[in-house]
Amino acid sequence: MGRLDGLLNTSIGQKLALAASGVALIGFLLVHLLGNLTLFQGPEVMNAYAHWMQTHPLLWAGRVGLVTLFGLHTTLAIRLALENHRARPIRYAAGLRSQDSTFLSRYIVLTGLLVLAFLVYHLLHFTVGAVQPEHARLLDEQGRHDVYGMVVRSFGEPAVAISYLVAMTILGLHLFHGLRSLSQTFGVNHETYVGAIRWAAGGLALAIVVGNASIPLSVWLGWISL
Amino acid sequence: MNFTLVVWRQARAEETGRMVEYRVEDVSPDMSFLEMLDVLNEDLIVSGEEPVAFDHDCREGICGMCSLVIDGVPHGPERATTACQLHMRHFKDGATITIEPWRAKAFPVIRDLVVDRRALDRVVQAGGYVSINTGSAPDANSIPVAKHDADVAFQAAECIGCGACVAACPNASAMLFVAAKTQHFARLPQGQPERTRRTINLVEAMDREGFGACTNHYECAAACPKEIPVRFISDLNRDFIKAAAHHGRFGTLPPQGDLEE
Ligand code: HEM
Ligand code: FES
Repeated sequence: MGRLDGLLNTSIGQKLALAASGVALIGFLLVHLLGNLTLFQGPEVMNAYAHWMQTHPLLWAGRVGLVTLFGLHTTLAIRLALENHRARPIRYAAGLRSQDSTFLSRYIVLTGLLVLAFLVYHLLHFTVGAVQPEHARLLDEQGRHDVYGMVVRSFGEPAVAISYLVAMTILGLHLFHGLRSLSQTFGVNHETYVGAIRWAAGGLALAIVVGNASIPLSVWLGWISL
Repeated sequence: MNFTLVVWRQARAEETGRMVEYRVEDVSPDMSFLEMLDVLNEDLIVSGEEPVAFDHDCREGICGMCSLVIDGVPHGPERATTACQLHMRHFKDGATITIEPWRAKAFPVIRDLVVDRRALDRVVQAGGYVSINTGSAPDANSIPVAKHDADVAFQAAECIGCGACVAACPNASAMLFVAAKTQHFARLPQGQPERTRRTINLVEAMDREGFGACTNHYECAAACPKEIPVRFISDLNRDFIKAAAHHGRFGTLPPQGDLEE
């Protein structure tokens, strides 16, 4: 048996692959967040950035890569969850009383699936333009797709802004447990540093969520307008 | 003290079981949980019923035989305490207490509260054994071991193999057990030559027995009567990554049957 094969056939190997795909997704989230934050630099910068990306020759390669990554992470997660469910065919009549596990660890699959559902909504909203078609197809003065206008008009509607804030909270719940688990999963656990690493991981999860949530919030509070 | 017990009764492995309610009366607060069950069983015998079967041996918290899930917690509500060392004074007089066996696919029920835990033995056997004559024990200090390493190895070696970690894990994972068994040797110079092979074999044996995977709930350590910390799981993960990177060989485990006595 090949070593990679052998590794991925074990429970630990699958968990490592799940965590590695999670790390790659975090990388995507960070880049995506930086792109989103161009909103605060005004319509010129944001639309230029969006135009650059939408006309980039590697746009579709990137999209295929991302779909693969999400698919891989989700498939591994569901497979692992099903296997773990099968490991206890008869459940406890009184249930297991939780002691050290958290709400976040017990609902990781649920928060993951909700993130996936949000992702579909998000793509339909801003990429396909099916949720608010009236804002989706506008052009700016230079004839580029007016992404800035689309985002500001969309979040002007409280229901839409709230749905994004809720989604970011759920993403945060997933990332907080996911990121704080990484050091444990990858065996980075030196007594001196592990506490700091777990704090930093939690902080990164919080930063991603606050960063993304700042956009609908700023529009809502009127800090950002057309 | 008086209690209402709701106990899992199952006559044989092949039969379906159910929870049955009993009353126990005049229990001394100084009795251990197992002594309380002894009282129940004496009552049952006197009234012509089958006593409740449960595992136990040392009754002093060192053998790892007792295996009761009490009110949804393996070994009951006291931390760092086996069921045999759990005293009835920790319960409220008049309380209703549920008692169930360890639940895992790898731990089939034999009868009532007794489960078959040989899966853990087979995992340990997969680590290998000394098959050559190595002579008498070497001088105690001929191989120096750093104090810190000796302490950590000893902490891992405290595992009594009761399986509470599996019973407590929402995934019925045996990772804490396997982590303790591997790290016990991984910290010592004597454990180095076979470290890679041992790590891979134990993990593959664990998977083969049908235990779940770790998803970092940390319920195992909370239930462990010896307080084995979850950082050993992290150490196991690191050893496993290293084993895969350093030419470890996968899939060389002997067939399951060959491991048994
Ligand atoms: C933005 C998208 C996502 C990111 C950045 C992300 C990131 C992560 C990370 C970093 C982990 C940590 C792995 C570890 O325990 O070491 C993780 C775990 C996990 N993720 Fe995701 N994830 C995302 C979406 C999803 C989706 C759509 C699902 C769908 C079910 C999902 C399900 C899971 C599950 C079940 C775990 C296992 C956690 C555990 O073992 O405790 N995730 N994720
Ligand atoms: S009976 Fe030996 S540890 Fe409980």
